[in-house]
Amino acid sequence: MRINVSHMFFVTGLCTGFLSIYYFVYYNTSTAEAALFSLGHTSGVDYDRWIQKNLLPDEDGSALSQNVQVLCWIMTGPRNLESRAKHIRATWAKRCNKILYMSSVETDFPTVGLNVSEGRDQLYWKTIRAFQYIYQHHRNDYDWFLKADDDTFVVIENLRHILSKQDPKKPVYFGRRFAPFVHQGYMSGGAGYVLSKEALKRFIEGFDKGKCTHFSTIEDMALGKCMETMNVEPGDSRDVKGRQTFHPYPPDKYLIKQQPRKRPWYLIYDHYKPREMYMLEYFTYHLRPYGYKYRYNPDVTATEVESNNTTTVSD
Amino acid sequence: MLSEGSSFMKGMALGGIFCLVLALLGSFTPGMQSSPEDQHHHHHIKAPSTDELQRLSEPQMVELTKKVRVYCVVMVQPKVLVYWATAKDTWSKHCDQAVFYSSESTKALEAVDLNEKDEWARLRKALKHAYDNAGDLRWFFVARPTTFAIIENLKYLLLVKDPNEPFYIGHTVKSGELEYVEYDSGIVLSYEALERLVKVFKDEEKCPERGRALWKLSEEKQLAVCLKYTGVFAENGEDVHGKGLFNGKSVSSLIEESMVKNPQDVVEGCCSDLAVTFGGMSPSQMQVMMFGVYRLRPYGHDFHDSLILLPPEGSDND
Repeated sequence: MRINVSHMFFVTGLCTGFLSIYYFVYYNTSTAEAALFSLGHTSGVDYDRWIQKNLLPDEDGSALSQNVQVLCWIMTGPRNLESRAKHIRATWAKRCNKILYMSSVETDFPTVGLNVSEGRDQLYWKTIRAFQYIYQHHRNDYDWFLKADDDTFVVIENLRHILSKQDPKKPVYFGRRFAPFVHQGYMSGGAGYVLSKEALKRFIEGFDKGKCTHFSTIEDMALGKCMETMNVEPGDSRDVKGRQTFHPYPPDKYLIKQQPRKRPWYLIYDHYKPREMYMLEYFTYHLRPYGYKYRYNPDVTATEVESNNTTTVSD
Repeated sequence: MLSEGSSFMKGMALGGIFCLVLALLGSFTPGMQSSPEDQHHHHHIKAPSTDELQRLSEPQMVELTKKVRVYCVVMVQPKVLVYWATAKDTWSKHCDQAVFYSSESTKALEAVDLNEKDEWARLRKALKHAYDNAGDLRWFFVARPTTFAIIENLKYLLLVKDPNEPFYIGHTVKSGELEYVEYDSGIVLSYEALERLVKVFKDEEKCPERGRALWKLSEEKQLAVCLKYTGVFAENGEDVHGKGLFNGKSVSSLIEESMVKNPQDVVEGCCSDLAVTFGGMSPSQMQVMMFGVYRLRPYGHDFHDSLILLPPEGSDND
């Protein structure tokens, strides 16, 4: 059949009619009152215009990342890569300017292979070799050098906030200070500690010159002694309200008013640590109370806190 | 010219009718019926989007923040005192009013003594009491003390909803024909829904106080049945991405599940950033939650939320 002009008009009319009715039926209903979702199936309103991450780091957040360069190294080993280090890699490690996993063996994890063996009594050797490696390869690229165990959770932004007020050219290191054994105190290994650029330099110098030695296998205490010997100051990492920011134990220990009964040995759960790592990641970076005006304002100075306390105004 | 024009018109008419017929046929498929009784398929309630909120003016926003106030109905029992005490010391402080309804009186903690052993009868009495004592509060949140609620996120979900409309929200579960809100994840009722419920309580046929012995439904299902008679249907509370906001399990359980199901994306694949509830929480876990929710956060991340909700007075763990 020969196609003539009137056929074309017919077909065009067909399409126009179909499409206009289609538009009318399907698109008008979706401008229903935003307030009433209870009627019928999910409306056609497009909520995907929501900003993908409602997390918008403001000027401060990203600026800090540039101004306070932190290298993080994790004390780990072949047996703990899958069970522990992997979860650090999946959570907070990416927030460091540089992350290194220190082990006795080099792998594709990736881990740095240090010239040490594994075991609790090798921890200080590992620490020494790790810092020597870092000094050799990275000393000029970063301001601060954090050591953490493979079961530690670090909120890097909060660390940067503390360090932003400090000078990395000064011989100082921060962590959770314990009093015994070392006159000026030492920083708990379990809570993590961070050395300034100068402190790192002095630690390495100490071993080069024989002023510091491997005199003990207790990593944190021994490092603390070396810091003292090399005149590196133990800094105060507490917040403006005098509260500790480095914790050697999980949050439960500090928050639960009545400690639960001691668990029997067969219920001791090292393997729960990964779960807790992800829980902390969820609590810190995801779950939040919408619109909540947090009580603690870290930018208020200590003197303002003083005056606030006397007038009992919630901060 | 006329023949072309009439061809066009004929085509258009035919196309239009064809489309209408298709649309009507589509609406006759099961689940798409528009009669009120059957509007029970896939009811979702989504949290407002930034766009929606930005369209509101400042005074409108202030008005809404004042209206979205919550009366918490916490169903407690003296034999598990520690849960009661923990709820009192933690999340319930963020309710505009939190009232504890007990099965029996106890000197240990203050509560409305319902003197009732039967769960359903207790719930009825509690809801009636809440309705009578609501004052100017228009939203009701019902929970057991093993549920942790983030009231701020509940307010955000309800922000642009009108409490004079019937709402019955939570984590919905389907049991045969009945869709109900799971008790452990918390139950949200608007003033209108509660008003209708209180009316239907008087109807012993539709909503008996003592369930017939052979027909004992759980309280959560009884509630759904009674509400259904008044034309109120359960709706699943979700965030803008469609993730459920009401959880019957604890954070640790959900994270553990996610570690198995989404090992590459444990946290993203788990729970909503603006979750409202977690069930099955122990008192210790609740104390840790207070820190995790209300205190722990990374410095420098500002959200520019559309409303401000102040911390409660006289509280030190948030």
